Amino acid sequence: MTWESVIGLETHVELQTASKMFCGCPVDFGDDPNTATCPVCLALPGALPVVNEAAIEGILSIGAALQCTLTESSLFYRKNYFYPDLPKNYQISQYTFPLCLGGHLDVDVNGTQTTVGITRVHMEEDTGKSLHVGASGRIDAAEHTLLDFNRAGVPLVEIVTEPDIRSADQARAYGIELQRVIRSLGVSDARLEEGSMRFDANISIRPTGSSELGTRTEVKNVNSLRSLQRAIAFEIERQIGVLEDGGSVNQETRHWDEDQGATVAMRSKEESEDYRYFQEPDLLPLRVDAEWQERVHAALPELPSAARARFVATGVDVRTADLLIDSEGLGALFDAAVAAGADARTAGIWLTGEVVAYLRREDVAAAETGLTANDLAELSAMTGDGRLSATAAKEVLGAVLAGEGSPEAVAEVRDLIQVSDHGAIEDAVAAVITEHPDAFAKLADGDMKPIGFLVGQVMRSTGGKADPRVVQEVLRHKAGL
Amino acid sequence: MSSLADLSIAAAAAGLRAGEFTARELTAAVHRRAAMTEAHLHAYLAIDHEGALAAADAADEELADGRDRGPLHGIPIAVKDNMCTRGLTTTAASQILAGYRPPYDATAVARLRTAGAVIIGKTNLDEFAMGSSTENSAYGPTRNPWNTDTVPGGSSGGSAAAVAAGSAFGAFGSDTGGSIRQPAALTGTVGVKPTYGRVSRYGLIAFASSLDQIGPMARSVEDAADLLTAVAGWDRLDATSYREEAPDVRRSLATGVFGLRIGIVTEMMGEGIEPEVAGAVRSMADRLAGAGAELSEVSLPASEYALSAYYLIAPAECSANLARFDGVRYGPRVEGATTEEMMARTRAAGFGPEVIRRVLLGTYALSAGYYDAFYGQAQKVRTLVRGDFAAAYQHVDVLVSPTSPTTAFPVGAKVDDPIAMYYNDVCTIPSNLSGDPAMSVPIGLDGAGLPVGFHIMAPALAEDRMFQVAAEVERLADFTVRPALATDEVRLP
Repeated sequence: MTWESVIGLETHVELQTASKMFCGCPVDFGDDPNTATCPVCLALPGALPVVNEAAIEGILSIGAALQCTLTESSLFYRKNYFYPDLPKNYQISQYTFPLCLGGHLDVDVNGTQTTVGITRVHMEEDTGKSLHVGASGRIDAAEHTLLDFNRAGVPLVEIVTEPDIRSADQARAYGIELQRVIRSLGVSDARLEEGSMRFDANISIRPTGSSELGTRTEVKNVNSLRSLQRAIAFEIERQIGVLEDGGSVNQETRHWDEDQGATVAMRSKEESEDYRYFQEPDLLPLRVDAEWQERVHAALPELPSAARARFVATGVDVRTADLLIDSEGLGALFDAAVAAGADARTAGIWLTGEVVAYLRREDVAAAETGLTANDLAELSAMTGDGRLSATAAKEVLGAVLAGEGSPEAVAEVRDLIQVSDHGAIEDAVAAVITEHPDAFAKLADGDMKPIGFLVGQVMRSTGGKADPRVVQEVLRHKAGL
Repeated sequence: MSSLADLSIAAAAAGLRAGEFTARELTAAVHRRAAMTEAHLHAYLAIDHEGALAAADAADEELADGRDRGPLHGIPIAVKDNMCTRGLTTTAASQILAGYRPPYDATAVARLRTAGAVIIGKTNLDEFAMGSSTENSAYGPTRNPWNTDTVPGGSSGGSAAAVAAGSAFGAFGSDTGGSIRQPAALTGTVGVKPTYGRVSRYGLIAFASSLDQIGPMARSVEDAADLLTAVAGWDRLDATSYREEAPDVRRSLATGVFGLRIGIVTEMMGEGIEPEVAGAVRSMADRLAGAGAELSEVSLPASEYALSAYYLIAPAECSANLARFDGVRYGPRVEGATTEEMMARTRAAGFGPEVIRRVLLGTYALSAGYYDAFYGQAQKVRTLVRGDFAAAYQHVDVLVSPTSPTTAFPVGAKVDDPIAMYYNDVCTIPSNLSGDPAMSVPIGLDGAGLPVGFHIMAPALAEDRMFQVAAEVERLADFTVRPALATDEVRLP
């Protein structure tokens, strides 16, 4: 029997608003523990929440970017559970009537276009952080637990997909594309390693062709895209193993253990919490009228899908287009360089090759280097008319990035301009033929072997500045080939 | 008058400006009164002697400098101990907040300070405002100044007793199901539950968030008007507070009731209401008719279910509101082997039996499989109650009824019978479910010498119309008698 996997993802994204979801405390993770707190986010007696409108703007832009319906009236609920880093012992979240419903995200999986349905996007608040001090660092064995409430109340957006994902690769591709969308909106840096973007995966399998859903497990604690892919792949294989051995999958929550490379059971459905959701009486229904919805749509920046299509139309490949989107500032530099006359493909290769490598090595942003769009256009022109070899162009690019000057100036100073003037090259070729008559005679007889030697001699006599293509052309012409 | 402590707020304000006495003397008079009455009443959980005298001195200095903050300037006011007062212990009468000192003032408290009021201290209540007799306080019950063998009502019984006895010129309470109006009725004081959202709840320790409302308690309708005006109005820290400007209730006090349509609520005049109470209310209604009001009988059919709905909605909300009291961040902690055990032990030790009963009830009502039958059904009743009021206000301008089915009952009489205790709020709860304003005005004493309260209900935001009727009721009742305990003289047992 063959098996089909059915995967749905829940993604949490922390919004980088100036203040928290329900109070005026700053959203800032660099602060000393428990300094970015107030009566509201510490849940002191009597404190009340007030909705941060900037966070609502943020989630609406995510919803709009994911083609969701923005609901005109949505409600907040209390999700009740006791945990020491949840100050109120309930989380203000959304339940029925979330802010955004029913969208989709197009995802390229190794060259195949797929669409992942978005069930809902809703608003909630983050918890504080627990630090378990003691032997194993696990809560059950900890000697004591330290709590930091700086993160408590940070706006958190949850994006829930339909069970449309069919493979670990597709899940990863969805994660990457979603991350691009979030970043393009400027609402979050969406960094998994820092926890500002977090995934939970719901995974089940069924016989290929079946329309029924199998029993699912939920995998938590996935904190990189690579882990997401590995955890899902592991869980699919595990479930297939269980079913093929005649067993049945337990509906349970599992934890991805990075070191073991395995998912581990945490709690079963029977132990799962009853959150006793009820409408949050401290907040009024949230109204997002047609005018507000229009403003959200009008304010959307170019989304990754549109940018990708536009870049590809200039002649670059999809991989290059994605790299231009993923590195901050490169897409804009690319656009400006092409507008200034640079060849798109060459500019794309430089930006996603030399330039990205330089930026990573030096840990700087594109705007902090000496490289301008005009430089790229100039460099493109110099390679295009043969004055710079491909190798020399890379050297010039490196020097321009380092702030040594314009491409012309750098090439001049470093003496990298190729001689492609036919007159000068013909003189040099004539001199070489005179020096090596035997070799030239063989060439004239149609024996191509000496051509490399002769070109090399010309290159040597010109100090490497002759354009080798032109030298070969002149030699062939003189040999009557 | 035997003491400055027995003046009305209006009279005290006039005397202050005429230079007859100082704010310090008013505060000292209240302190003297409390020194006499507290041993019998236990109206206060904390009296801030130094803070109050300092505030009084500051008020005197400002008046001397020509800076006048208005009617409450220099007036000693008490605050129920479920409202946060910066640096002053705030316990909600619970062991779980023993010794807790908030780092901030509730908005209502901050506005009182801005209005120049002198905060005398924090008054006793049923733990977390859950009760109708102030017997559920973890720090001991409050007694009724009219007869210390009886309860003052609750949960704002401390505020009611203090105002009645003269150990405060006025006080603030909170009303979730009648907790201002019922104790006002039982102590012969005026108690106002404004429209839900009229007074900010920020800093009020939540019992049931969709029902809780802060309001004043006073010895006259006029004093209540000044107290309400000082705290009413939009607060950016409470998303449920009204943006509309509060009406100037003082201006409607002299209007009279000529031509006003007044409905007596049929369901609140029959079974379960003490005949003497119903008779007094009927008689006052007739006198209002004599003053030119158009009287009619109005039915609120859903009010039959209001009490049941309330005892699902309020516990459900409180089960979440009280979840934060877990020993993690503040309050006493009972250690345990695990965090979960520490939380459970802290809560078991910190909450009293009535609080535990309601948290369990609410948790159950919200549980998977029970939600629709209990909480969901209760919300539907709430909608019906609102509908009843809306329909009634098509035909009448205000509704009236008894505030409480009985006058003050003996201490201990109902502590073992929660249902009988809950029934105290049968006339007051519908206004909490609808969110509309309502108030109690004293109209006389029963045969046992205990006060009877007259309940006036009005449409949302129509506090001015409610006060218009209240002022007329006060004139007609001419209720000037004070409890015997309201004296600075040494009482012999």
